[in-house]
Amino acid sequence: MNLPHIDFSVITPELIVIATALVVMLAEFVGAHATPSPTRSHRIALIALLGLVLAALAAVAGLGRAATDIQGMLVADDLGRYLELVVLLAAALGLLLAWDYLPQFTKMHSEYYALYLLAVVGMMFMGKSTELITLFVSLEILSVALYVLTGFHRGQLAAGEAALKYFLLGAFSSAFFIYGAALLYGDTGSTHLVDIAARASGGFLTLAGLALLLVGFGFKLAVVPFHMWTPDVYQGAPTPVTAFMSVGTKAAAFVALFRVLQAAGVSYATWSLVLALLATLTMTWGNLAALRQSSLKRMLAYSSIAHAGYMLIGVTAGMQLGLSAVLFYLFAYAFMNIGAFAVVSLLERPGYHATQDATIDAARGLFARKPLLAVVMAIFLLSLAGVPPLAGFFGKLYLFNAAVQSGWIWLAIVGMINSVVSAYYYLRVTVLMFMTEADETSFLRSPLSNATGLAIAVAMVGTLLLGIFAGPWLQQLGQAALAFAGS
Amino acid sequence: MMIDYLPLLILFVVAAVFAAIAIIMPSLIGPKNPNKMKQEPIESGMIPFTDARQRFPVQYYMVAVLFILFDIEVVFMYPWAVLLNKLKVFGLIEMGFFLLILLIGYVYVWRKGAFEWD
Repeated sequence: MNLPHIDFSVITPELIVIATALVVMLAEFVGAHATPSPTRSHRIALIALLGLVLAALAAVAGLGRAATDIQGMLVADDLGRYLELVVLLAAALGLLLAWDYLPQFTKMHSEYYALYLLAVVGMMFMGKSTELITLFVSLEILSVALYVLTGFHRGQLAAGEAALKYFLLGAFSSAFFIYGAALLYGDTGSTHLVDIAARASGGFLTLAGLALLLVGFGFKLAVVPFHMWTPDVYQGAPTPVTAFMSVGTKAAAFVALFRVLQAAGVSYATWSLVLALLATLTMTWGNLAALRQSSLKRMLAYSSIAHAGYMLIGVTAGMQLGLSAVLFYLFAYAFMNIGAFAVVSLLERPGYHATQDATIDAARGLFARKPLLAVVMAIFLLSLAGVPPLAGFFGKLYLFNAAVQSGWIWLAIVGMINSVVSAYYYLRVTVLMFMTEADETSFLRSPLSNATGLAIAVAMVGTLLLGIFAGPWLQQLGQAALAFAGS
Repeated sequence: MMIDYLPLLILFVVAAVFAAIAIIMPSLIGPKNPNKMKQEPIESGMIPFTDARQRFPVQYYMVAVLFILFDIEVVFMYPWAVLLNKLKVFGLIEMGFFLLILLIGYVYVWRKGAFEWD
């Protein structure tokens, strides 16, 4: 019998995060702080943060060396490494948000950070899977962890509702995904993407299998018409979790989608039209619905749907042109979106049972109360709207550019019109912050904690630097994309 | 290709026909002497003494969930044990890791007090 050869260097970052998760799970039993306290929570968070940083270092160290192993089920190419970096970045920022947020409403600190790290592991594996069953298992790892994290605010009815909705719809979409994988297996006799690419018949089984996989992906990416869960879940989940999963899940699912489409065994002309239509629907519906929201988190939830639509433009543009643009956008989105959620978390009223949701009015007169914070929030929102010279502008520029170059001119135009529409609701918050007086509806949690401040500062610097050094960074990502597209 | 699945189709047909016969025939030719005990929803030979819908201590649920977890763990070890001669040291180490991860879970539920009834 042949034993499988396992090259552990392919999954070093994942192993580090798994080990950290296990340590974190037991950390609350060790030492003097046996009772729940903010100090104990901080200690656990610090361990988790160290694990994330170590994993990121391992991912950076692996850049430039591509390897496939674990029986061809996982690949560690540059695309996978960059995906790991996006996920780890989002996770680290989200963790800093949770630092002081978490002890305010729960005593279960080890559980939170352990589940959080396991969700990170699932996302990292998902972006590196080259086999459908591995892809499905990593999808489930991240989903199950996120279902629980969504309902973590146990005192709130909204959190329970969000967790249940997410769980039921998520399980349903997983069924679609696995059915699609089964059909592709029936067509080609293999679950490896390489074999599927080589043997796919291109007939009904291939098309049906791919369509069902697309439904599964569409759910995780919150693509219209599979987006129904997004506003409720983003609103009900604790804000640090929302911030993390809005970026991490999208990043993992987009990279996995690229891998599947490359091996689809269906011509570019066939799937690109479907994706172009999905992108149009997603952008338009996300932006139009965001216009009507009065809750900040719901508004950002619909805005994240719209951003998934923008990134779908990049997927439509194909491997050569679109992939590097999507990767760039994911990095930009990680900084600006988590930054915006960080400020939103400061506008929420603390309390175990009371509803914490921040309305748009909570931002009233923020400039008069905390000028710096208002300016920073305005920069995040302008970047999300796509105003130069911020990261979000270049992200959209590259996406639309990729669309135009690959012949999707009408799609780029739809994207631009949508950007203009989206500016309205981002600017509405900005206007409230700068041009109205603070009244009884406005609120700010004070004092600003160091961890949240650090998260906001990092997100801020990232949003600015990505805007300034957009060209070189895109080239860097372009090499990874080229290596993937050529393989 | 599809012909490979013919035995499966035959199996489905046989199963359906058998089930149909088992349901229809007794009502046609079976003797009917109903009494109270026979007309219970679940005829187990015991006369039910209370309503089934009642509260029970939530600890049972905890015990059941933990039982399933560690029961599955043992099931997982059977095929491994059969193949251990071929898997050699590699298999031993891998199972060691598997058990270590489960052990961490065990320590967690233990220290959380999940085994204490009160």
